Amino acid sequence: MKISFVLNGKKKTTDVEPDMRVIDLLREHLHLTGTKEGCGSGECGACAILVDGESRLSCLMLAAQLEGKKITTIEGLSKGKRLHPVQKAFVENGAVQCGFCTPGMVMTSVDILSRNPDPSRDEIREGISGNLCRCTGYQKIVDAIEYAAKDKNR
Amino acid sequence: MAREVLLPRTLDDLWEIFHAEPELHLYAGGTDLLVKLRSQPPLPSGSPSPLVCLERIDGLKGIYEEDGLVCIRACTTHSEIMKDPVIRQHFPVLTKVLSLLGSPHIRNMGTIGGNICTASPAGDTLTPLYTLGASVEARSCDSGRLMPLKSFILGPGSVALQQGEILYGIWIKKDHDFNIHHFEKIGQRKALAIAIASMAALIKLSGEGTIEKIRLAWGSVAPTVAVSHTIEDALTGKPLTENVLRDAMPLVTDALSPIDDVRASAGYRRRVATNLLLRLLQYKDA
Ligand SMILES: Cc1cc2nc3c(=O)[nH]c(=O)nc-3n(C[C@H](O)[C@H](O)[C@H](O)COP(=O)(O)OP(=O)(O)OC[C@H]3O[C@@H](n4cnc5c(N)ncnc54)[C@H](O)[C@@H]3O)c2cc1C
Ligand code: FES
Ligand code: FES
Repeated sequence: MKISFVLNGKKKTTDVEPDMRVIDLLREHLHLTGTKEGCGSGECGACAILVDGESRLSCLMLAAQLEGKKITTIEGLSKGKRLHPVQKAFVENGAVQCGFCTPGMVMTSVDILSRNPDPSRDEIREGISGNLCRCTGYQKIVDAIEYAAKDKNR
Repeated sequence: MAREVLLPRTLDDLWEIFHAEPELHLYAGGTDLLVKLRSQPPLPSGSPSPLVCLERIDGLKGIYEEDGLVCIRACTTHSEIMKDPVIRQHFPVLTKVLSLLGSPHIRNMGTIGGNICTASPAGDTLTPLYTLGASVEARSCDSGRLMPLKSFILGPGSVALQQGEILYGIWIKKDHDFNIHHFEKIGQRKALAIAIASMAALIKLSGEGTIEKIRLAWGSVAPTVAVSHTIEDALTGKPLTENVLRDAMPLVTDALSPIDDVRASAGYRRRVATNLLLRLLQYKDA
């Protein structure tokens, strides 16, 4: 089945099986391996992407659902070599250890900040409550999102 | 062999698909169905029934009012319902439940209709909807029927939909005089926790602290939602005090029929679900 969508700002038409999961389409078919699969069942948030600007779990979506949509993955955030403010904040605040949860955390943070540009720490914690990180203890991730919010508001 | 995935945009398109492919399988947010499909063995070859995704049918999304009733269309996501001012104002018990359902991602994708049709004993939207006395509307290409949610839920994983029917919406009476809306869920953590036990309560409490009217419903402690008129009757007309609640606790224990599973033992469930009644004390001086 041919599906057309906008991927990281570029129009894309691709021929795939309609019942392929979006995570597999991205990783195996389009070789965008930034998006990670942790659990494959909605529990870890590692596979989060933005669909029309809102967070979605790519392990619980089928390729056909992308038709006509605007998709952003972690590969689409930076402008050339310039990191997105949220990516920069993660790097500068030491919010990345092994990095496996990071793409999902960053995409989720972008979603949180687009809806609430100045979240409290509690709102940030609530916002990332569907994203698991086994390394950082979350503290630095919350710091990074707070920092990104201030950075944007400056 | 790949499975066909269809995305109708209107109800008429959906009825046409039903006509051509009676064996189709529906999904809305996919947060229950896609997890389930993945845990099943791959489909035998041949031509598997198509999956039909309802997420693009505008006529199945949104919330509207008619004749003093509020209709939540089945494919409205949990996030959308939580944001809705009418729901917030009139049914805070529902907003509270949804804020504890899954995670932000799951709430962005999962729908109220999907939660109801999954008919899990732990389905979080069921207890508040039981206390609110909600009805559901099923529709097929040429008819619609309305029934109490209680009669729609037949048992774990089973609802009263016939071939060619979908869940169209949930109807709730807007005017009610309950001034206390309570929900609590016991899980292993705050987010992404399937309930070990939960309780929803609506109370009309008088200025003097008398329980004038009460509706209670428990989740995860019986094959479907547990309700008991005996308990409600025993509490009605009594003051909201610890002794009154304690006296009713044995009735709660009798009304539940929990099971052992990976999340908790039946004994623990019974105990904790009974104790949840005492939480209503927090409204004593409300
Ligand atoms: C990580 C995770 C956490 C979760 N946490 C919770 C939780 O805390 N509490 C809770 O209650 N649930 C939870 N769930 C379960 C699930 O997210 C919810 O039940 C959700 O509301 C299901 O909605 P959906 O639209 O995604 O359903 P789908 O998967 O799309 O559909 C579920 C079933 O309902 C049928 N269906 C859907 N819509 C209709 C319709 N309009 N007419 C007829 N049939 C229909 C489908 O055919 C399918 O069989 C969780 C799931 C995951 C993956
Ligand atoms: S891989 Fe999608 S939520 Fe874990
Ligand atoms: S940095 Fe390792 S899982 Fe989060």
